[in-house]
Amino acid sequence: MKPLIPLLCGLIFGIGLTLSGMTQPAKVIGFLDLFGRWDPTLACVMGGAILVHLPVRRWAFKRSAPLYASTFETPIHGRIDGRLIIGAGLFGIGWGLAGYCPGPVVTAFLFSNDASVLLLGLVAGMSLYQITQPRTDTT
Amino acid sequence: MNVHNAVMGLVGGALIGVSASILFATVGKIAGVSGILAGSVSGPQRHWRRLFIGGLVIGGLLSGPFVPLAFTEYPTNNVWTLLGGGLLVGYGTRLGNGCTSGHGVCGLSRLSQRSVVATFTFMTMAFLTVYVMQHHVMGAP
Repeated sequence: MKPLIPLLCGLIFGIGLTLSGMTQPAKVIGFLDLFGRWDPTLACVMGGAILVHLPVRRWAFKRSAPLYASTFETPIHGRIDGRLIIGAGLFGIGWGLAGYCPGPVVTAFLFSNDASVLLLGLVAGMSLYQITQPRTDTT
Repeated sequence: MNVHNAVMGLVGGALIGVSASILFATVGKIAGVSGILAGSVSGPQRHWRRLFIGGLVIGGLLSGPFVPLAFTEYPTNNVWTLLGGGLLVGYGTRLGNGCTSGHGVCGLSRLSQRSVVATFTFMTMAFLTVYVMQHHVMGAP
């Protein structure tokens, strides 16, 4: 049962991305294009997700541990630094350039040539980071 | 404003929230796709991460047939915007430790200051990039 949880969560996540239209770059770019025909769908998606996750997360975190694990994963770095800002900035440029972020690209790559080309670049970018940064992530 | 799009956005978003909530409440993990993808190659946590990635793909496979235009590509994308975009998304999400799901959904739900700053930064840069691309490089459609 326990190994099925991440599979089920990935499945629900992928269905959510597909139903909401986030696997279509036109919807993402439509939201990001403030001076075109603005498409508010992406704001509805983020709003809907936070509306559900914020209260459930608070409720879950009040317990001493998750149901099937000993601890909650907490992000390790606490500082707002140059890495965070530059990293988020580069991500934003790449996201705006083609309209794909990591979740939708993984969900769509089997069905779209564009998504598979983008995934290739994404894996290359992650590998480049891995090679050039001596610090390894433990999360 | 298109009501159908808004409703589907809210429903799809709520499903993403349900996924992140189950993952956190049961196994204590954060549903950030860039981190999950990067850590699925090696390391002690690769197993659950591979399962999550597999779930994402199956989710698209199962729901795609019910969504018209589900995986429609963008007409002005070409190999350079796709490879360049992918490189920046891959490198940037590692350097900044998260993407739309990790910082945007999970981080904002945690009211993390780092995630608020990251989300503001990637949104601003994405708005600027689309403005330049759509209205100067590719020309307005």
